Amino acid sequence: MTALNKLSIAAARDGLRKGEITALEITDACISAIEDAEALNAYSFPTFDIARDRAKAADARIAKGDAPSMCGIPLGIKDLFCTRGVPSQAASKILKGFRPEYESTITARLKSDGAVMLGKLNMDEFAMGSSNETSAYGPVTSPWRREGSDAALTPGGSSGGSAAAVAADLCLAATGTDTGGSIRQPAAFTGIVGVKPTYGRCSRWGIIAFASSLDQAGPMTGDVRDAAIMLGAMCGHDAKDSTSADLAVPDFEAALTGDIRGKKIGIPKEYRMDGMPEEIEKLWADGAAMLKDAGAEIVDISLPHTRYALPAYYVIAPAEASSNLARYDGVRYGHRARLGKGDGITQMYEKTRAEGFGAEVQRRVMIGAYVLSAGFYDAYYRRAQRVRTLIKRDFEQVYAAGIDAILTPATPSAAFGLGEMADADPIRMYLNDVFTVTVNLAGLPGISVPAGLDHQGLPLGLQLIGQPWAEADLLNSAYVLERAAGFVSKPAKWW
Amino acid sequence: MSIDKDTARRVAHLARIEVAETDLDKLAGELSNILGFMEQLNEVDVEGVEPMTSVTPMRLKRRADKVTDGGYPEKILANAPDAREGFFAVPKVVE
Repeated sequence: MTALNKLSIAAARDGLRKGEITALEITDACISAIEDAEALNAYSFPTFDIARDRAKAADARIAKGDAPSMCGIPLGIKDLFCTRGVPSQAASKILKGFRPEYESTITARLKSDGAVMLGKLNMDEFAMGSSNETSAYGPVTSPWRREGSDAALTPGGSSGGSAAAVAADLCLAATGTDTGGSIRQPAAFTGIVGVKPTYGRCSRWGIIAFASSLDQAGPMTGDVRDAAIMLGAMCGHDAKDSTSADLAVPDFEAALTGDIRGKKIGIPKEYRMDGMPEEIEKLWADGAAMLKDAGAEIVDISLPHTRYALPAYYVIAPAEASSNLARYDGVRYGHRARLGKGDGITQMYEKTRAEGFGAEVQRRVMIGAYVLSAGFYDAYYRRAQRVRTLIKRDFEQVYAAGIDAILTPATPSAAFGLGEMADADPIRMYLNDVFTVTVNLAGLPGISVPAGLDHQGLPLGLQLIGQPWAEADLLNSAYVLERAAGFVSKPAKWW
Repeated sequence: MSIDKDTARRVAHLARIEVAETDLDKLAGELSNILGFMEQLNEVDVEGVEPMTSVTPMRLKRRADKVTDGGYPEKILANAPDAREGFFAVPKVVE
């Protein structure tokens, strides 16, 4: 029998319902795996006592025959989600010691379905980063290594702890959040599945805000079926988030028919970038061929404003971040700097924020303050919002022409080494998001599916982008791609 | 658009982040570089294009104007670095 921490959600659910295994057994298997994996630094705060209590409660519930799909499933929770009484720090020093008095809607939903929280997962500070190296807890190390090398690699970011924990079987699945690619890029780097739902599908209430018009939570799982099951448990209308969509939640798992005959899959020519590694080109072409073999029609399309997505994103996201992060002022929660004699309230703000925010967060908050400031608002912020309209329009036009989903690479490369980008210009790091960021700007659903290994044995992912609210269809296309690609590789255990 | 040391100082203050005088030149260079990257947006013809202010075309819901929660100041203050007598405490603001 498979080690219990390596089960899929679907297999665990079925085993639990049949009484073959208990939630406590699965939870204990995950706890042992976590205790054995400190080298990865994936968990920032384990909650093993809570986990065992919830597992016992789940077992009691399952015994009574009242068991939603997520009941008894041990999960890791990204540190960006507020969890009542449990440190929730967004991997920032400025929130040191913060224990929320409330629970985010997403984690509350998972909890009420009986899911088990194993602990909080490491991430980039305030979800700003693509390598997990901006975390106040130190970087997560990917369970993956290049063939014949023991160099530490990034699991990607910002949901790097989530990605590493799922890839290394330190939980059955994890929550992530995605503002510019923070679910899909780490999923691609670690050979797992990550879904960024349509903007408004998952409530943002209780998730520490980065850029509110772009942030969405989603599942990070071992396979597409698990993503469908977990997404169903996460989404739904929430009166506490005014942008939460009041739409019925489809049965995503039931949508996985494996039949995509007649679907039109677009291949956007603008995603063929100069200097893109040949193996990513090939992966992309192979993915298109797999969907075609399954009966889909492959159509060349154009999304002409793609190249402006990254600069537009790096105006809009920092602008929203500078506004959202204004709340960290050393008054209501978290860190307050020690003040010198005669220091007033302005010095308190400035010292607290200088000590509490890391370099990348400071940079983005300042860029945001600049592009919103008098005299520059129109030239930068307003222009970026107009470009955003054009980026969204590009997608609307191809969908109106009958395209059902769009296939692209998930990332421009495989995972890079921790520290390799340390001296690089921040913009080189931003390029990680080049294929994913358009999806956030347009508010669309996207999924990253592991599709192959590169020449060094590292995972590569493909991304499918769907129509708004068409996650069910999107997951079904991803399911077809997953089965055709037959990706089964796991990292060899070295930790 | 290039940012000079004075502008960097002003931006840091706008963001309420203390930056040492000796670090301002480096900061100005970093900010200029990022803003340079954003200049690409000037190539786009945005004439007559509305700025996007809402991701989904749906109308934001309004809630009823009534109190639904509250009445627990101790919870509100529980995470404060300095709370006294039911209030958040800060350094003296007015002389």
